[in-house]
Amino acid sequence: MGKYVLKRLLLMFFTFFVIVTITFMLIRVLPVEMPTDKNQAEAIKMRWEALGYNEPLLKQYAIYLKNIITEGDFGTSWKIEYRTPALKVLTSRLLPTVMVNFYSMILSVPLGILFGIYAAVRKNKWDDHLISTLVMVFISVPSYVYAFLVQYFLYFKLDLLPLTLYSLADAGGSYFTWKMFVSMIPAIISLSFGSIAGYCRFVRAELTESLTSEYMLLARTKGLTRAQATSRHALKNAMVPILPSILSELIALLGGSLVIEQIFAIPGVGQLYIKSINLLDYDVFMMDCIFYTFIGLLAGIVTDLSYGFIDPRIRMGEK
Amino acid sequence: MAAEIKKLSSDKFEFVNINERLTDKKFDDKPIGYFKDAWIRFRKNKASVVAMIIILIICLFSIVAPLFTSHANNFMDAFYAKKSPRITWLRPYGIADGGSNRDFSEVGLAFAQGIGVAALDWEGKGGISIKEGMESEYQPIIAIKNSFVKIDATKKEKTYYTARIDDYLNVGFMYKSIKQSELASIQAFEEEYGIHILYPLIEDNEWNNGDDSDANNWFKMKKNAPVTVNENGKAKTIEYSEDMILEENYMRDADGNPVYWVYTGGGTHETAQLKIRVLYYNWYRYQNGGIEPNYAFGTDSQGYDLMLRLAGGLRLSLLLAVSVSVINFIIGAVYGAIEGYYGGAVDLVMERITDILGGIPFIVIATLFQIHLSAKLGAIPCLIFAYILNGWIGIAYRVRTQFYRFKHQEFVLAAKTLGAKDNRLIWKHVFPNSLGTIVTSAALIIPGVIFNESMLSYLGIVKLGSASSTSLGTLLADASSIWTNYPHLMLLPAIFISLLEISFNLFGNGLRDAFNPSLRNVED
Repeated sequence: MGKYVLKRLLLMFFTFFVIVTITFMLIRVLPVEMPTDKNQAEAIKMRWEALGYNEPLLKQYAIYLKNIITEGDFGTSWKIEYRTPALKVLTSRLLPTVMVNFYSMILSVPLGILFGIYAAVRKNKWDDHLISTLVMVFISVPSYVYAFLVQYFLYFKLDLLPLTLYSLADAGGSYFTWKMFVSMIPAIISLSFGSIAGYCRFVRAELTESLTSEYMLLARTKGLTRAQATSRHALKNAMVPILPSILSELIALLGGSLVIEQIFAIPGVGQLYIKSINLLDYDVFMMDCIFYTFIGLLAGIVTDLSYGFIDPRIRMGEK
Repeated sequence: MAAEIKKLSSDKFEFVNINERLTDKKFDDKPIGYFKDAWIRFRKNKASVVAMIIILIICLFSIVAPLFTSHANNFMDAFYAKKSPRITWLRPYGIADGGSNRDFSEVGLAFAQGIGVAALDWEGKGGISIKEGMESEYQPIIAIKNSFVKIDATKKEKTYYTARIDDYLNVGFMYKSIKQSELASIQAFEEEYGIHILYPLIEDNEWNNGDDSDANNWFKMKKNAPVTVNENGKAKTIEYSEDMILEENYMRDADGNPVYWVYTGGGTHETAQLKIRVLYYNWYRYQNGGIEPNYAFGTDSQGYDLMLRLAGGLRLSLLLAVSVSVINFIIGAVYGAIEGYYGGAVDLVMERITDILGGIPFIVIATLFQIHLSAKLGAIPCLIFAYILNGWIGIAYRVRTQFYRFKHQEFVLAAKTLGAKDNRLIWKHVFPNSLGTIVTSAALIIPGVIFNESMLSYLGIVKLGSASSTSLGTLLADASSIWTNYPHLMLLPAIFISLLEISFNLFGNGLRDAFNPSLRNVED
């Protein structure tokens, strides 16, 4: 197991390194637009000169890597938050993203699993067909459509919830106040529809498969009731692929949803990404790319490795 | 046992069918191949068939929509922007009447109804009541539904009316600046169609309610309320009622005839500029060769025909999705086939390449392609490149798995023994076995592409909107700040995207079930 984990991790870092290198080159060759403020533009130019931004590309990259390894310095934001370390710009935006997505997960995982189990147990009855149809619809409809519907009905028609997220000052200076939570609800709901449907479909598929397995027949022959056999045997086996996917989802939620953050004005990672493109804030953009790449790779590897922990017979990615 | 066998003389035996040739019977029905078999199974899946029909209808709509509208693709009218659907011949039945329901105060209602009154009065005579004005075909108020009493900001009880108003006619009158030479052609147009475009200009005086740029202030008003003025110049506010007669405030020459144009500048007969007051509805007809504003889906935020824009967006999305899917299909098939067939070191190296490509988040790829190349190549090719950079990996993976499954089977060995080359083995013997799987995954790429396109253009990362075409995401983005007042701007693109997504997913699932019946109900 240890050797396998190590191999996967090494491969992941190799992939990560190559991607970061390519992205760095592509971002650094972009033309720059200096701020209109002459003093600030001058200051930025001088700082860049000192930081080696005008060196050849490979040397720039060497400097960049050196700074990351020795000081944990991922560069500086020059436009979004003037002269703040890029890492700090990113981490300060993690909390709202994580909160919204985490709430949505708390809502959608249990609901999705429950609906999935119900549909699988009632397979091919009318309620299974109803759930399956709804799942198809909810999975297919894009999340921003839910966002508009939620805004329209809960804000304009019923006036129950705010249109967008409250700013920190409005909500009492913290993301953990009740008022802030209420203003997060529209975003949470919009995110949850698709994700409930996704879990439901997944659970239903896995559970129907294990319900028809032979060990279930054995369990019933031994005298277990259907409920006992389902909960003790089928469910456990069905969870083998589901748990890793929940785990990887937990990691992926760090990335947030670009569209939902844009619509509900959530000051999170996704919004930062859009901002960094529009303003072309080099280092923040780079930081964002690194972050997204890392999350993606990590989520993948966690899924694969957790299979091994949950069911030691499985080695994902092995021949 | 053998001893018990009796000897039978040969003449006891006789041949059966001695005069006939015995051959295999020819099958009455045609052979069913792999694809036919799949098609039979697909047809049994009602949901997928319905989905396929919906997809076909949407495709058809995107192609034939321009035939149902008389506008050119890039036709735009800024004054008729954000309007709701309007079809002239359906209007009398209350469908697609270009209307919306609004609440009016008494003055507001009089003002809106006044447009219809003034439209009847092209000679500037005055004396037409609101009731008579309601008969006008240019009357913006379609129907007054009910009235209610509300207490306003000054704590007075006021009567309000809920009425349905035609957003197109509500534009009413407008001042236009034309060249003197154009006057004759306007008058000729009026003659030809029997409609009125030119209406009397309005006197710029104290009764003009302070805003002389609004060509709808044709009656005497003070403090935003219609008044009558007696001979001494004293004004009296008039109460709203059906019989109310609004007092006209038209500009008149020395003989007391209404003035239709004034000279505003310019030199010669040709270049002299005239200021005229036009009924915009008829001006629109004059500008567009006599057609009335007909917009089956209404107009978008800039004043384009929403149906044309939607059809254009759908065409773009579908073409994009299908071409991406086909390209990914080809790349994935070739790559996966080579990987799976040769295996070993080749496979290892190629797997690392897919690892790296697959590790780059799509959003980063799309952004970098747009920033670097969209100026040189255009936004759409860049988008396609972004999709195919790592979009084929899923298909390659599936093909590779299939190759691992089939390449050691007996039929391949047999072909090899008979001297088949690698190329033939790959494409003739092993690859067809994976065709079903990858056709399915290629079909399932399509909804993803459509969704991502709409998301990227909604976020403004990809800019696809232009005068002649747009994308679904751009339509949504344009509507995003104003859609609460004009829900149809958001609703129609959203419905089309959702329908496409649902149909393509259902269609893809149907394909999968048809090609691999063993995988039925297994979602991945």
